Amino acid sequence: MTTSQQKETYLDALLERGYSRRDFMKFVTFITAYMGLEHSMVSQVAKALETKKRIPVIWEHFQECTGCTESFIRSDHPIVADIILDSISLDYTDTLMAAAGHNAESAKQKSMKENYGKYILIVEGAVPTKDGGVYCTIAGRTAVDILKESAAGAAAIITFGSCSAYGGVQAAYPNPTGSVPVDAIIKDKPIIKVPGCPPISEVMTGVVIHYAVFGTIPELDSIGRPKQFYGKRVHDSCYRRPYFDAGLFAESYDSEEAKKGYCLYKLGCRGPVTYNACGFMEWNNGVSFPIKSGYPCIGCSENNFWDNGPFQERLVNISGFGIEATADKIGKVVLGVAAGGAALHAIATNVLKRKEIKESIESGMENEKHLNS
Amino acid sequence: MSSLVFKRVYVWELAVRFFHWITVGSMIVLIITGFIIADPPALNMHVEASNAYLFGYIRVIHFTAAYLVMAVALFRLYWAFAGNQFAHWSYFIPYSKKAIKNILHVIKSDILLLKDRNENLEDVSIGHNRLAAFSYFIMGLLFIFQAMTGLALLSQTSGWWFPKMFAWIVPLMGGEIHVRYWHHFLTWIFMTFIVIHVYLVLYHDYVEARGEVSSMISGFKFVRAERIKKDKETQKD
Ligand code: HEM
Ligand code: SF4
Repeated sequence: MTTSQQKETYLDALLERGYSRRDFMKFVTFITAYMGLEHSMVSQVAKALETKKRIPVIWEHFQECTGCTESFIRSDHPIVADIILDSISLDYTDTLMAAAGHNAESAKQKSMKENYGKYILIVEGAVPTKDGGVYCTIAGRTAVDILKESAAGAAAIITFGSCSAYGGVQAAYPNPTGSVPVDAIIKDKPIIKVPGCPPISEVMTGVVIHYAVFGTIPELDSIGRPKQFYGKRVHDSCYRRPYFDAGLFAESYDSEEAKKGYCLYKLGCRGPVTYNACGFMEWNNGVSFPIKSGYPCIGCSENNFWDNGPFQERLVNISGFGIEATADKIGKVVLGVAAGGAALHAIATNVLKRKEIKESIESGMENEKHLNS
Repeated sequence: MSSLVFKRVYVWELAVRFFHWITVGSMIVLIITGFIIADPPALNMHVEASNAYLFGYIRVIHFTAAYLVMAVALFRLYWAFAGNQFAHWSYFIPYSKKAIKNILHVIKSDILLLKDRNENLEDVSIGHNRLAAFSYFIMGLLFIFQAMTGLALLSQTSGWWFPKMFAWIVPLMGGEIHVRYWHHFLTWIFMTFIVIHVYLVLYHDYVEARGEVSSMISGFKFVRAERIKKDKETQKD
């Protein structure tokens, strides 16, 4: 992949790659729906993609597993991969580009310079900061360094995956490399967070297209995620929800109940506390998503989700109280101490207050003897 | 042996008793439904989902009881300004020397069960003792926290502006999973409070024998006659 021709529009690029206008319109209709826009917006989206110049994209990879990229290229619509990989001129992405070594690095430098202030920076992976950032270096430079450089000329930053959005697995306790998410380092650019481990392909595409079409940041929720994809809890769009409301719960994996579609709440499902699009978009051409496959949601699009374990239990273990300090264990001890204390106190009362108690009983008995009837 | 003379004093006004028992009822409902929500029993097998709404009802009952207890709590807050001296807000915060002295006495005499050498009649509380009153203040704060976390959990799916006002708590606490954790954990604290509170009420009734338990029903407590001003002609017993 070389530096793109900036003069091209999205439609031009597609036609050039052998797609028909009909394919283009199908894609536009589908992506408009995915972005959560009204059907009447289709023509506007189409017009924008016909007339707007392509936005250059630089895609950086830091501490990560490339899972987000894997998810991305498995988009369920054939054009999606093509339009993003080719049409939204992806000028630099370590994992996918053909170029390597100095060629790749110089292509990136060139694109960044040419498109200064205009390109989208996509970041995949967290950034280690400990010991001068030595735990992630590319071409001899630290991730912190590279991030600062590529962010300087970016119009906006999109973080793909929970690592760049919230730190991910490497930032989980005890975070040995001092990993931080992008927004801990870059403070002066708009950042759209697209978390998930990995995020859904169409969500990633949708966010990029939204920026390409409207040139604006979509509406974000309180932790920086676009509301059109992360506005609902998995629980609220889950097809097992009627079983939840009915009180029908599977108690083990692969049980008959689980196969029948009973709710996975008792297996630790994080659907009720997780905001993501899995329930309605699903994965791999809408084939399935974890809950549909019989495994409870692990809440991968939530802040710090790796530390919110254990995944098969509904409530988190809070570290700091001890090894296995669940709310119930602490609660039982507190309640037990109180009940035991009360019992001991009751015994002690009868011993230490025996004089007072005896006196009042005696005076009461005395009065009983002198009753007037 | 001389027997003591007690006079009847109206301590708990109807509003206070009303608040107390509504709270008792709703708290029991909230704790039971709360723990069912936390760990539902797998009842109800072999029913079609479309024919049952069991868990939905449990949650509805929880939310209804929650709004009820929040409403009476708000009413009690008003009564902390409108009510008698034993209901007044200032009774619950031990800022005066007198209150501190009473707390020390209660710790000595009722918690550690020691003999207080310079015991005098003033130490016997007529309303709450000041330590108990302070514990209700702390429970009030914890209840506010419980209500806020509960409303935060409701905020996303509720169509009403009131729960939505508490949505900011979710990111502050690091996500709904943590909000639920604290909401769940505090339930144990409320249960602990209930155990201690009920025990101590029984203790006072048993040791002092002046109608501690029934006072929250009738409103009356029995107070030593010496403590009631003599100069009133119209005194009743
Ligand atoms: C003060 C008394 C209360 C107690 C003892 C209590 C107890 C509980 C417990 C134990 C849970 C289960 C938590 C879990 O394990 O996930 C729960 C859930 C919940 N409570 Fe409360 N709660 C109380 C008050 C409230 C209030 C005032 C509200 C606000 C309206 C509220 C709203 C909720 C909500 C929304 C849930 C989550 C239910 C769901 O969506 O499935 N609670 N409560
Ligand atoms: S499986 Fe999970 S997300 Fe689906 S209804 Fe049950 S608890 Fe909610």
